[in-house]
Amino acid sequence: MEVIFKRTTGLTGVPFHYCPGCTHGIIHRIIGEVMEELDIIEDTIGVAPVGCAGFSLDLFSCDFVGAAHGRAQAVATGIKRALPDKMVFTYQGDGDIAAIGTAHAIHVAARGEKITSIMVNNAVFGMTGGQMAPTTLAGQITTTSPYGRDCALSGPPIDLPKTIATLEGAVYVASVAVDCPKNIFAAKKAIKKAFQVQQLGLGFSLVSVLSTCPTNWGLSPVDSLKWLQEKMLPIYQMGELKIPEEVKAL
Amino acid sequence: MKKVLMKGNEAIAEAAIQAGCKLFFGYPITPSTEVVEYLSKHLPKAGGTVLQGEDEVASINMCYGAATTGTRVMTATSSPGFSLKQEGISYLAAAQLPVVVVNVNRAGPGLGGLGPAQSDYFQCTKGGGHGDYRLIVLAPSKSQELYDFTMEAFDLADKYRNPVLILADGFLGQMMEPVEIKERLRVELPPQDWVVGGCRGREKRKIVSYSLTNEIGEANCLQWQAKYEEIQKTEQRWEEFYTEDAEYLVVGYGTCGRIGKSVVLNARKLGIKLGLIRPITLWPFPEKGFAPFKDKIKGIVTVELNAGQMIEDVKLAVECRMPVYLCNRQGGMMPSENEVLAFVAKVFDLSLVREA
Repeated sequence: MEVIFKRTTGLTGVPFHYCPGCTHGIIHRIIGEVMEELDIIEDTIGVAPVGCAGFSLDLFSCDFVGAAHGRAQAVATGIKRALPDKMVFTYQGDGDIAAIGTAHAIHVAARGEKITSIMVNNAVFGMTGGQMAPTTLAGQITTTSPYGRDCALSGPPIDLPKTIATLEGAVYVASVAVDCPKNIFAAKKAIKKAFQVQQLGLGFSLVSVLSTCPTNWGLSPVDSLKWLQEKMLPIYQMGELKIPEEVKAL
Repeated sequence: MKKVLMKGNEAIAEAAIQAGCKLFFGYPITPSTEVVEYLSKHLPKAGGTVLQGEDEVASINMCYGAATTGTRVMTATSSPGFSLKQEGISYLAAAQLPVVVVNVNRAGPGLGGLGPAQSDYFQCTKGGGHGDYRLIVLAPSKSQELYDFTMEAFDLADKYRNPVLILADGFLGQMMEPVEIKERLRVELPPQDWVVGGCRGREKRKIVSYSLTNEIGEANCLQWQAKYEEIQKTEQRWEEFYTEDAEYLVVGYGTCGRIGKSVVLNARKLGIKLGLIRPITLWPFPEKGFAPFKDKIKGIVTVELNAGQMIEDVKLAVECRMPVYLCNRQGGMMPSENEVLAFVAKVFDLSLVREA
């Protein structure tokens, strides 16, 4: 019988460790498919963060390096400078890239480092049990904002892709979501373009993916998707924030 | 052989180029800045890249990334910057990555001062970052050694898959001395069958430092400790000076080792049987060098640019069988040889008047 659908070769088949309803799995699959379609699995080195995706090293079929919390982009810089002909990407949560790793997030873009970063934004620190992140929404209840995020105390949420898009070295910046099939297709297109930008050596590419965390949000998987749509989508600027002419044509 | 007059920091940089270092990630900080400056000028001509990181943390993590590919890589800094690198160094040790790190020690704590110091001894030899790990720590005492040790540090790092530290001080880094520019010795090194770089034609590889279970954690720790034991067995280095008939010893590393030699020569002129042990590896500490003197020596003076740090290792090495005193200056100050000799005479009740 003809096989019409199978797991992408970009993933190893090791079972995902993520909580039920978490969208990390969808994002992993997208990246696996993109690597397979671009035929770059054997030429790619991924860099994993500290956080829920810290064990993603086992899930992707390519070589992988685990970085310290927030340092994935600095580590990726070292790899890319050593092996400029290889594909290098980081996979980081919002806590990793937009809190402790912010300095690297800014400078990797400023240098136009020819790597790709995938930022997974679920508005909390997931691995440690749902603490406030820089991306936590105003009024959102977390274990470290038990009365809701007070913007007078902690400031409003940071929209990192918007900031990164202002830097000349960042050539492709997109913000997508994986809440419904339509958006998942758009997310895949964006992630594929981000990898192609790197293949073409154009500069730094970043895709932010709005994601869910049912466990720490205290919501069912279905309600989590609704929460993402109703609460997160209006706050974060969505779509392709920056796209070079060469990539528009792809 | 060609000798060139150069600053200690430049000797480190030139040695790195000769050793085949292809990547340098750093951040300027006095008194180590000439390392990144020299390499910025010369490494690109040798086919390498110098990238100035946004901070020390980035620089050491860039080294981590480069090292996962098996490329020879180095960073250099001074004390406050070395503190910032500790997180990354702990990860390097855990992931067993060969990186050469240079610390040109200046006075601390805090921002401290720009003068030479040895106040980072504990931090450099006992870990520094979190967890139970060791660096191989080489302590040069002159520009030629800065050159030679840096060059060898790359081989040691590759041999043991471990970060190696060159611990100098502001005095050594800034001093100009003639240096013989030697070519790299070809030594046999283990195959790089662990590096990442794309899994074409082989199984995928991963380089990580986490242990998912306590059982794995213990197994990893035992593996690291076995490696450290092997290094302790095979890599202890020290220099002896007038030790054969010595009744007393001065012990100092780096700049203090040089001062110690003058102290010994001056003491000998006065008939005092003083010798010197200069530790070259600070980790592993050269306990073997002290072993023969455990029952022969009446007392030891350590000469240090800190509040007394190496003295603890000296006391352990001689099992506290004789009195060990500290002669020190701090905050960037340097003891003179007369000052040290007067201290030796005082603590051991020796006459500084020439014997008839």
